[in-house]
Amino acid sequence: MKYVDEFRNAEIARAVAAEISSVTDPDRHYKLMEVCGGHTHTIYRHGIKDLLPDQIELVHGPGCPVCVLPMGRVDEGIEIAERPEVIFTCFGDMMRVPGSKGNLLEVKAVGADIRMVYSPLDALRIARENPDREVVFYAIGFETTAPSTALTLQRAKKEGLGNFSVFCNHVTIVPPVRALLDSPDLRLDGFIGPGHVSTVIGCRPYEFMPKDYGKPVVVAGFEPLDILQSVLMLMRQIGEGRCEVENQYGRVVLWEGNLQALKSMAEVFELRPYFEWRGLGFIAQSALKLSPAYADFDAELRYSTPGVRVADPKACQCGEVLKGVLKPHECRVFGTACTPDHPLGALMVSSEGACAAYYNFGRKSFEKVEIGSKK
Amino acid sequence: MSEQREQRVLDALEQGRRRQPKFTAPRIDMSHGAGGKATHKLIEGLLLPVLDNPALAPLSDAAFIPFGNSRLALTTDSFVVRPLVFPGGSIGELAVNGTVNDLAVSGATPIGLSAALIVEEGLETETLVHEVEAMAAAAERAGVAIATGDTKVVERGKGDGLYVITSGAGIADPELNLSSASVKPGDKILCSGTLGDHGAAILIARGDLELEADVRSDTRPLTPLVGALKPAAGPGLRFMRDPTRGGVGTVLNELARDSGYGVALWEERLPIRDVVNGACEILGIDPLYVANEGKLLAVVAAELADRALEALRGVDGGEEAEIVGEVREEPARMVIMYTRFGGTRMIDMLVGDPLPRIC
Repeated sequence: MKYVDEFRNAEIARAVAAEISSVTDPDRHYKLMEVCGGHTHTIYRHGIKDLLPDQIELVHGPGCPVCVLPMGRVDEGIEIAERPEVIFTCFGDMMRVPGSKGNLLEVKAVGADIRMVYSPLDALRIARENPDREVVFYAIGFETTAPSTALTLQRAKKEGLGNFSVFCNHVTIVPPVRALLDSPDLRLDGFIGPGHVSTVIGCRPYEFMPKDYGKPVVVAGFEPLDILQSVLMLMRQIGEGRCEVENQYGRVVLWEGNLQALKSMAEVFELRPYFEWRGLGFIAQSALKLSPAYADFDAELRYSTPGVRVADPKACQCGEVLKGVLKPHECRVFGTACTPDHPLGALMVSSEGACAAYYNFGRKSFEKVEIGSKK
Repeated sequence: MSEQREQRVLDALEQGRRRQPKFTAPRIDMSHGAGGKATHKLIEGLLLPVLDNPALAPLSDAAFIPFGNSRLALTTDSFVVRPLVFPGGSIGELAVNGTVNDLAVSGATPIGLSAALIVEEGLETETLVHEVEAMAAAAERAGVAIATGDTKVVERGKGDGLYVITSGAGIADPELNLSSASVKPGDKILCSGTLGDHGAAILIARGDLELEADVRSDTRPLTPLVGALKPAAGPGLRFMRDPTRGGVGTVLNELARDSGYGVALWEERLPIRDVVNGACEILGIDPLYVANEGKLLAVVAAELADRALEALRGVDGGEEAEIVGEVREEPARMVIMYTRFGGTRMIDMLVGDPLPRIC
C-alpha cells in the first residue's frame, strides 16, 4: 500500500492551488500561521509556498518542541546526564539542542552514558536490563508525545521499576497560541491547527480562537495536499466571512480527541503554573509536570534539580519575529550572537526555523524561486 | 532603508561564510564524523591550516602529485561500520570499493592498494577470514592488488571488532580535467542509480529500529561506470564524485560552493527505491543525505549528457541512471530542488547526524 503518494499528487495540487487563487482577493494580503513544526517541515520539503498566490504568506509558528526548550532545562538535563550512575535517554532531536554550556552530544563525548531512543518504552526496557543503574528519560513534546510518556510511567509504576524516572518537559499547545493572540501587534488572519496534537486533544480546545479572537482555525494533516486543502478551507472561511474551527484531518482527528490518552495524561500529569519558552519567555500553565501520584518517578525531585534559569538573552526577539512584526534580519542578535551554531532563540535551533532558514538562504528562504525554467 | 539594512546583514553573513572557518569546539563529538557542516569545520578549520600544502588544498576525493610526466593520485579512507556484515556487503568489500571509487571518480586508474586492519581482541578468526576474502574478491573485481598492509590488535572493548583502513594510488588520466572549476552553467548532473541504499541498509541492519525491510547496500566498484562515461562524454566530462557520507545533498552543496554556481535538481527524476523512501519517511531522514557506496554523480556538458546517460545505463550497476539536475548561474552557491509536488525547496548542507525526528 502506498498510503503516502496519494497525498502528494501534483495534479490534484495544481487543481487545489487554482481553487485557492480563485478565492483570493488580489488586493489583500493574508497571513496564515501554521502552528506546528511538522507542518513547517512539509511546507519546506515540498515547496508549498510556490503553489500559493503572492497574497498568501505562511508564517511559521514557534517550531518544534525541542526548539522551544529554554537553556535552563537543557542545562538541568545535562547535569543529570553527567551523574555516573545515570543512563540518560532521549530522542535524537534533543542531542544538539544547546544549553548555556553546550549540548548533550558534547557531554556524551566526555563520557556521559547518553542513549538515543525512539520511544519512552525503549528507555523502560533499558531500565529493566540495567537494574543497578538509574535510567532517566528526558521527555519532550506537545500533547502528541505526552500520552506515550504517560503510558510508560503507568507501566513503570505497575512493574515497580525503582530505577526509572522521567525529566518532564512536555508542553501544551493552547497557551502559547493564546499568548500570541493576546499580543496587540499580532498580524495573522488564520491558523493551520496542529494535526498530531489534535489526535489527542481533539478540536474543541481551539474553539476560543474564533469565538474570542475572531481567527479561523483549520486542523490539518501533514501531507502536502493536507496543507493545501487546509489553506483553501481557511481562505474560504475568510472569503465567506465565516470564522470557526474546521477539521481537515478527519481521517485521523476526532472532534473529541482520544479520550483514553487524555485519561492517562490526567492521571500522570498536572499543569505547571508557568513554564519558560526559548525566546518567548514565561507562559502561564503551558507545560506539564508529573502528578503527586507519580512523584517517585519525577527526575526533578529525585535529583532535586534547582530549576535554574539561564538569564534570558535580553536581545532575543523571537516573539516579534513569530508575530510577524520583525523580519529575522531585523532582530538585534540575528547572525551575530544568534547563529545556527550557537542559537539563542527557538527560531534558530531547527534548520526549518524562520531565522535559521534565513541565515542559510537569505531572501531565498521566503521568496519564490523563479529562476530559469522548471524543466 | 530597510532593504539597505537587510543587504548589509546578508553581505556580512556571506563574508563570514567565505572566511576560513575556525574550529572552536573544545572536544570532538559524533557530529564531527557525520560528513556535514561539523565535519567541514573540522577539516577546514583544524586540519587544513596545520597540514597546509598545494596537493591537499583542493580537498578532493584523491590528491594529485606530479610524478615524472604524469600525475599520481593518492587517497585514503577508514572504515568503522557496524555491523561488520550487512545485507549487500561487509566491511572488507566496502573498504576496498571505497578507496577504488575515490580514485575512479578522480579520473585515475588504480595501480595499487594498501590495507591496515585494526582487530579487537576476541574477534573470531572466521570473521577475519571472511573479511580478508571479501577484500581480495573486491580488489580482483576492481582489477587492482592489495600490495601492502599492516595489522594491529587492540584490547577487548577498544574497537568494534574490526576497523579497516585502505589507501590507494592511481595514475591520472592526462586527458581529463575534472574539477569544480571546470563546471559551467547549463551542464547536466547525472546520477548513476538509486540513492540512499547503503545508509538505509545499515540503519535497518543495526536493528535498533525494529524495522524490517529488504534494502541492500549498493557497495560496488565504480571503475566500469567511469570507464563507460569517459569515452561517451569525452572533454564534456567536468566533475565526478561518489556521494558517500553526507549523500548527494552534501556533494552538490560542495559543488555549488566551490564552483560559485547554483545547482537545480528535479525531485521526480531522483532514482530512489520505494522501500528506501519508506524507511527514510518513517525515520524522519532525507534520502538526499543518506550515504551511497556504489553511486556516481557526474557533471557533463549539456550536449553530451544524453550520450553519457546512455553509456551509464549500458553498464552493470548503471541501469537506473538519470539526469537529475543541472548547473545554473543562479542561485549562486546554493542548491535548489523542484519538488514533485510542484514547488521549490532549498537543499542545505547536512547539519549534524541525520537523526530521526520526532515531530
